[in-house]
Amino acid sequence: MAIDMAQFHQVFFEESFEGLDAMESGLLNLDLGDVNVEDINTIFRAAHSIKGGSGTFGFTAVSDFTHVMETLLDEMRDGRRQITQPAVDVLLGSVDCLREMLQAIQNGGEIDNQSVAEHKQALDNALNQTGISAGFVPESENPPAALAVTTQSATEPQIDGWNIAFSPHLHLLKTGNEPARMFRELATLGELTTIVDLQGVPDLYDLDPEECHLSWKLNLQGNISAAEIDEVFDWVEDDCDLAKLPIYSSVTAIAPPEWQDKADEENGQNAISPLVKAVVAVQNETNDKDGKKEETKTAAGKGSSSIRVDTGKIDTLINMVGELVITQSMLSLIGEHFELNKLDQLKNGLSQLERHTRELQESVMNIRMLPISFVFSRFPRLAHDISSKLGKKIELKLIGEHTEVDKTVVELLSDPLVHLVRNSLDHGIEMPEVRLAAGKPETGTVILEAYHRGGNIVIEVSDDGKGLDKDKLRAKAIEKGLIAEDTILTDKQTYELIFMPGFSTAEKLTDISGRGVGMDVVRRNIQALGGNIEIISELGKGSTMAIHLPLTLAILDGQSIAVGDETYILPLGSIIESLNIKEDRINRVVGKGETFLLRGEYLPIIRLHEIFKVPNVRAIKLTDGLLVVVEGQGVRCGLFVDDLLGQQQVVIKSLEANYRRVEGVSAATILGDGSVALILDIPGLVRLANQ
Amino acid sequence: MATILAVDDSASMRQMVSFTLKGAGYTVVEAVDGLDALNKAKAQTFDCIVTDVNMPNKDGIALIKDLRALPNYKFTPMLMLTTESGMDKKQQGKEAGATGWIVKPFNPDQLLKTIQKVMG
Repeated sequence: MAIDMAQFHQVFFEESFEGLDAMESGLLNLDLGDVNVEDINTIFRAAHSIKGGSGTFGFTAVSDFTHVMETLLDEMRDGRRQITQPAVDVLLGSVDCLREMLQAIQNGGEIDNQSVAEHKQALDNALNQTGISAGFVPESENPPAALAVTTQSATEPQIDGWNIAFSPHLHLLKTGNEPARMFRELATLGELTTIVDLQGVPDLYDLDPEECHLSWKLNLQGNISAAEIDEVFDWVEDDCDLAKLPIYSSVTAIAPPEWQDKADEENGQNAISPLVKAVVAVQNETNDKDGKKEETKTAAGKGSSSIRVDTGKIDTLINMVGELVITQSMLSLIGEHFELNKLDQLKNGLSQLERHTRELQESVMNIRMLPISFVFSRFPRLAHDISSKLGKKIELKLIGEHTEVDKTVVELLSDPLVHLVRNSLDHGIEMPEVRLAAGKPETGTVILEAYHRGGNIVIEVSDDGKGLDKDKLRAKAIEKGLIAEDTILTDKQTYELIFMPGFSTAEKLTDISGRGVGMDVVRRNIQALGGNIEIISELGKGSTMAIHLPLTLAILDGQSIAVGDETYILPLGSIIESLNIKEDRINRVVGKGETFLLRGEYLPIIRLHEIFKVPNVRAIKLTDGLLVVVEGQGVRCGLFVDDLLGQQQVVIKSLEANYRRVEGVSAATILGDGSVALILDIPGLVRLANQ
Repeated sequence: MATILAVDDSASMRQMVSFTLKGAGYTVVEAVDGLDALNKAKAQTFDCIVTDVNMPNKDGIALIKDLRALPNYKFTPMLMLTTESGMDKKQQGKEAGATGWIVKPFNPDQLLKTIQKVMG
């Protein structure tokens, strides 16, 4: 039966990555002074599972590598080897290497053999170090079965068969092994004759029916190797006395007379032989059937992304669907014989339908939600590595790891967060002596916290380090030519300087952070997710970077607006206000278009009907329509539209995936009446208007 | 047809074992560790147990030992899936009452052959 093993690969990769994460956090949490055996066991089990799986699924490079790790861990587990920091570091390095190997295999890439060899060498060194002999003993051949008498020489004549004496110990049946099963297997090798020896059977009074009192003399015909017979008795070699003698061509293939005599006396031969033969016949039939059985294939799509969902969530979903079906059948019952007096029932039914649809939507969205611990879990390692590299003492606290966020957000959030945490570790927290001199505790604290606020998730990276120095930031920005010398900046605006491209305040570049690219990219990435980032800092006390993100990227709170016959959607969060405009507030600047005055600020006016070339607009004159004041990526402008329609949640459909990228439009959605509406992208609109 | 309990903490191995055995017509119930397996084995009687050795919440050897002590599992075939080809795990398994073992890595054919061997 050929089974497509590829269908299990995805699950294997997922569980292996989970196992690696578990190993990593287990290794990081090891208290070297007082090691808990169960901790080591957990780490060992993860390595062991990866080894077993990779071997089974044919990833030999991975299983070879894991084997060495496992050996090291096994010795630690058994107390044969002391657990030292260098050994833990080697293991942590191996975890990384293994992760890279698995990623390479998963993505169909090449394994970095050099890196693998280096890590393997490091492991081997660790194994050989303390003088304790490595536990790794190459798999030895199975020792020959007890009492086996096989001495084969090159000139030996061909074997025609075997005489086997098999005396099970009393407890054999209690191991789940069944002599009849072994005879059946022998019978597949050649023609088998069995002679039972009943001598050991005690009187009825002394008989324990759960014990095996029988023994057998077996005669097996055919050119069969000793190894084939040993294999049959492999599981019971310690539970029986076994002797086997080969029969060579010249010898007549008949059981030795002394066995025959006894058997005939007891008349056991006839009793057992037909039984075995019948069973063998049945088994052959079964084999045929299985052989013909068609294989079923469910090929798993390569590189498909999957998600692990709490079964509780699925149960809720099923519940909802059940409710929905009930409502639907109730409605169709009303519809079948509709009379006006059923109007109230219909209204009730429809409002129930609405409620259930909304609940269903919520629970479906919920399925995409993952705990943020998926991102947070990598930081203890990062903190460990960086603090040991820099000689700093840092404690990392994770709060709200179970806060749930959309899967896409989780994936895209990872890089920006790494950057922020690195900054805190590298630039934020001071060296221990500096901290002591400043009257702070020697150990710095970095807190990574996630929580929900309204429809947003907030993720904060805070440290009790030195904080941002406003004067330094300002001086740097002037030096780099990013701002003019006389620019007046609020505190907030000063902090935001670090988000400008090409800005870096570290006096010395380190390989940990501060390559001068980064913070601008961090902000861009977060904005791409529909979020923003804000800085709170106090010199000498520490800084906090707060990221605000929408909970999901699949649904948007939108405001529908009308322009001619078209409907567009604006993200509700981007709207500041809507107003009727008076002629005296409008300014027309040659070459720069129209602006209007709002509380002392001149904002550009963007006429949507012009940008999208919409015919049949109701309002051409600015005073006839409405101005929607919007803000996106720090840019404010007024969008000139015919009318505001209504607010609703819209499901975001990618325009790029279904059509192509269009400037000024971020996505599309389908409205209640089935028509398509475009969702506007404010920064894109501003760019478009400036062209 | 016979019902088999497949015990492994690794989902991919469990799926592989389960898929292979189901393909051969067996009914398969999966358990994620020794404790889960013991509970399932008490709720329903299986004709064969196939278990991994290294697992959290009761390993395969302790599971076999516990099962053997139950009246329904005195003679049931119990196989260990093991990477340790060293004799110590096998020996421990045998002492606990294991019928035999399948050495990892194994392919579906080997698994099926072994199962058919003990199930007849």
